[in-house]
Amino acid sequence: MSLYIDVPARAQSPASPTYPPEAFIHLRPDGTIVIQVNRLEFGQGVQTALPMILAEELDADWSQVVGELAPAADVYKDPIYQLQMTGGSISVPHSFQQYRELGAKMRAMLVAAAAEQWRATPAQCRTENSVVYGPANVSARYADLANDAARRSVPGEVRLKTPSEFRLIGTPVRRLDSRAKCDGSLKFGIDVDLPGLKVALVARPPVYGGRVKRLNDREARAVAGVRDVFEVPVMRGATGIAVVADTFWMAKQARDRLSIEWDLSGVEHPDTSQMLTRYRELSRTTGNVAVNRGDATALDRIPAANRIVADFSFPYLAHTPMEPLNTTIRFDGDHAEAWVPSQFQTMDQIAIAEVLGLEPHQVTFHTEYAGGGFGRRTPLDSHVQREAAAIAKRMRGTPVKVVWTREDDVQGGYYRPMFVHHVEVGIDARGMPMAWRHVVVGQSHIIGTGPPWEGALVKNGVDELVVEGTADSRYAIPNFHVSAHQPTINVPVAQWRSVGMTHNAFVMETLIDELAVRAGIDPIAYRLALLRPDARKLRNPLTLLDEKTKRWRFSVPRDHAVGIACNEYHETGVACAVEVSIENARPRIRRATVTADVGMAINPLTLEAQFQGGIVYGLSQLVEGGAITFSDGRVDQRNFDGHTPPYMQDAPVEMDVHIVPSTEPPTACGECPVPVISPAVVNALFRLTGKRYRALPLTRL
Amino acid sequence: MSGCQCLLIGGCATIVVAAGGRMTAGQASRAEGLAAWQQVYSVLTHPRCINCHTATAYPQQGDDRHPHRFNVVRGETGMGVPAFTCAACHQRVNADSTGVPGAPGWHLAPLSMQWQDMRDQIMSSGAVCRAVTDRSKNDNLDGAGLLKHHEEEPLVLWAFQPGRGLDRSPRSVPPLTHGEFVAATRTWVEAGLPCPAP
Amino acid sequence: MANYALTVNGRQTEVNVDPGTPLLWVLREHLKMTGTKYGCGIGACGACTVHLGGVATRSCLLPVSLVGSRPIATIETMASDPVGRVVQDVWVAADVVQCGYCQSGQIMTAVALLKTVPKPTDAQIEQGMGGNICRCGTYVRIRQAIARAAQQLG
Repeated sequence: MSLYIDVPARAQSPASPTYPPEAFIHLRPDGTIVIQVNRLEFGQGVQTALPMILAEELDADWSQVVGELAPAADVYKDPIYQLQMTGGSISVPHSFQQYRELGAKMRAMLVAAAAEQWRATPAQCRTENSVVYGPANVSARYADLANDAARRSVPGEVRLKTPSEFRLIGTPVRRLDSRAKCDGSLKFGIDVDLPGLKVALVARPPVYGGRVKRLNDREARAVAGVRDVFEVPVMRGATGIAVVADTFWMAKQARDRLSIEWDLSGVEHPDTSQMLTRYRELSRTTGNVAVNRGDATALDRIPAANRIVADFSFPYLAHTPMEPLNTTIRFDGDHAEAWVPSQFQTMDQIAIAEVLGLEPHQVTFHTEYAGGGFGRRTPLDSHVQREAAAIAKRMRGTPVKVVWTREDDVQGGYYRPMFVHHVEVGIDARGMPMAWRHVVVGQSHIIGTGPPWEGALVKNGVDELVVEGTADSRYAIPNFHVSAHQPTINVPVAQWRSVGMTHNAFVMETLIDELAVRAGIDPIAYRLALLRPDARKLRNPLTLLDEKTKRWRFSVPRDHAVGIACNEYHETGVACAVEVSIENARPRIRRATVTADVGMAINPLTLEAQFQGGIVYGLSQLVEGGAITFSDGRVDQRNFDGHTPPYMQDAPVEMDVHIVPSTEPPTACGECPVPVISPAVVNALFRLTGKRYRALPLTRL
Repeated sequence: MSGCQCLLIGGCATIVVAAGGRMTAGQASRAEGLAAWQQVYSVLTHPRCINCHTATAYPQQGDDRHPHRFNVVRGETGMGVPAFTCAACHQRVNADSTGVPGAPGWHLAPLSMQWQDMRDQIMSSGAVCRAVTDRSKNDNLDGAGLLKHHEEEPLVLWAFQPGRGLDRSPRSVPPLTHGEFVAATRTWVEAGLPCPAP
Repeated sequence: MANYALTVNGRQTEVNVDPGTPLLWVLREHLKMTGTKYGCGIGACGACTVHLGGVATRSCLLPVSLVGSRPIATIETMASDPVGRVVQDVWVAADVVQCGYCQSGQIMTAVALLKTVPKPTDAQIEQGMGGNICRCGTYVRIRQAIARAAQQLG
């Protein structure tokens, strides 16, 4: 998810709140060190990365470290945004300094406690593997010093290690949660069980904003195990019917037997083919201007033979994390307890409290492990939580787990919006783009949401997230005009892993490739020539990519081709080369080489995993079936059969990931690889078929 | 002619076949045989039958005969591949509560028994007739063997009681009942297994 | 509602449920064994994979009334299984998991593959695992881990 406000991660203001180490570190008598992670773990590895950072400065015995997902509380808010949230790939960049300080402060307190016991000075002590060593061979375990240390005041300033002193950071440390995820013991939100727990499913209107007109629940109530059936508000002023039963299956059988007549009047019925027509018309006109650099009329003076005109279209995309949406809440009247695999604890807690008529602090909010997120678990309206709270309110005293079926998930909205682009490029004598006019058409999920995001992200009527990847392009194009139309459509939309980059990077990187081909220049060399001199974060990975692929990318077999793409996202630059053939009318990615400049690599093993994973996630845009479409207001797809994700055969057979060596502070990771794979693959496909693929997803080649 | 009743009891299919079945060749004219074959062909090319008589590495699904989703493949035995067999989902009887069809020994017909081409286009009546009667391809069945296959093979019987999909609506069935299908087969066999040209 | 005697991970147990209840939900909600996951309910993703009489089976599609006497093995017992244990260990050593939600199903499928084909080719790995979805994209490491596990078991 990207809600990135342009504040460099390094800029920690002196007035930022202090974080008491005891809220983050628990030193158990048995030597275990439990570290509270102020984020959601949904695969990205933060429950290992943040403890690593803390354990480094603490000089902890890593084998004794356990990570826990912190509940909702002020102290666990993101130090820069002051919201407890996971998204925008900010977790490590924003909490890097914070967790280092926490570890260093605790270490200082332990050393001070030991020094006092030994009547030594802290300077005479050193620490290693959860032990303080003093002069003359004395030593003490952290576990034994814990109580004493806790009584001391927290130091204001601490010395942090220099990178050369790192023992953990920068090393390939394995995840802490692996074993439990391999033996079925780790519980996700959907696995939560409580005494007396009931399960609820909700029948939601087939068109967003619809309302229940008439309900016949006789058959549903006759299903064994059904406890109650009642109307609830669902998102966007719509209403639905909740079915509460003893188990999921009973609730599902009952819901399937509801006979609901819906009032679908008064709301727009989105229709993909109508929208495409409307969007294409809009894309031929100037929208709200995001960038107007140089001479907007320069393009008109370039002869048609030296121009490229291109239209692109991208469908709605669902996120489909493997664990379907769920929330468990028990409402007791003056208090509530919630178990949520939440990407946005602060807002979710507020939303639940609002519906229940409580103050946020009256909602005990547990953060559960999540089976993926990709942006789906943090829509700004907390609609999943609001709905669940309404059900919990009705079922007062009983804990209720609201579960979304996969069908609910695929059809439930909050998609990556549909987009259409119209681009005209004027080419100079060297084959470089000298004029570029670009119109983006698609929904904004920020406009209309008010503070804090709207004020931060919307400028001159353009939502930055709609044009990111184009407006902020690092290519040196002297006459550059970017505008956007952001229609209001009755489809809820949200951020999808790498957000605006998903479509903008595709357009940019395929057009750049087309220009490179026209100019007869190698695609990596072309990019290096066209990039602005200060585009360091892209130059580095491109140069590394050239080095790492020299051996093979000029000598692939005749029915294979190579495609290149690059992208910069939140100060991380990524470049990618793929070797592709066509098998069974589909692209077969034999190999992918990915390079990245992420600043300091906290954990190369996790980074590699995130890059491998992000590349595969990016392929969701390409695979046949990778689209959500509407007919007369209804989503055409139901489940994975209609909205198909990449399977193993769609993924690169081999992938190598290389990180540009760096000691700069760490920048984003999780979303960064997603935008590069689709353009890289279609750039390769062009060399095999002679066709430019500008409407995603691909169909049979 | 005899009718046929299929009773699903627990996990077994029990077939009760009323009397009938004289198998003397020449009891039906060539014209009658060809007409009967067209009836047989109309069943064989119905989705409930032809979806598993593909020429490709995959079965088909649904009335629109799309390639079976989820990367289900034929495998060397027609029963799927190690760790991802037909039996991963298909049991010995229909699972109506989850919308999965089932019959004993659920698997694909061998490639020699394909009734479609590599582009999933159904073969002509003549081509299917020749394939079905070619003893080098049809598991060495003669007329009597084919009739028995149509009468008793569980996967054939399944086509006429194919269960319900996930939306609880019944799957479409071939244009003949099982009894009519057997009767048409018998007529065709008695006529000497004539095939239309081409 | 009816009674069903089930053998799960070597132990006899009895449940009283509607006959159409998929084995997945019997395991998760009646036997409180949540290691087997719900990902789609239509057999598209493999997160619900168990071994039924040794055969990798998608439990979201299997009504409990059709289980019969076939023994059921779930992810919870793989640590005690000679192949299961190696697969889990390799999975951990290779840092395969990300969110982990699909991994019970991936491991159950991988174990079934290795028990059927101790030395699977790359094509057999891809086809055998080809119906399991991982949205986090751990496919590259899964391929490598299975090859490694095969070597170790070899």
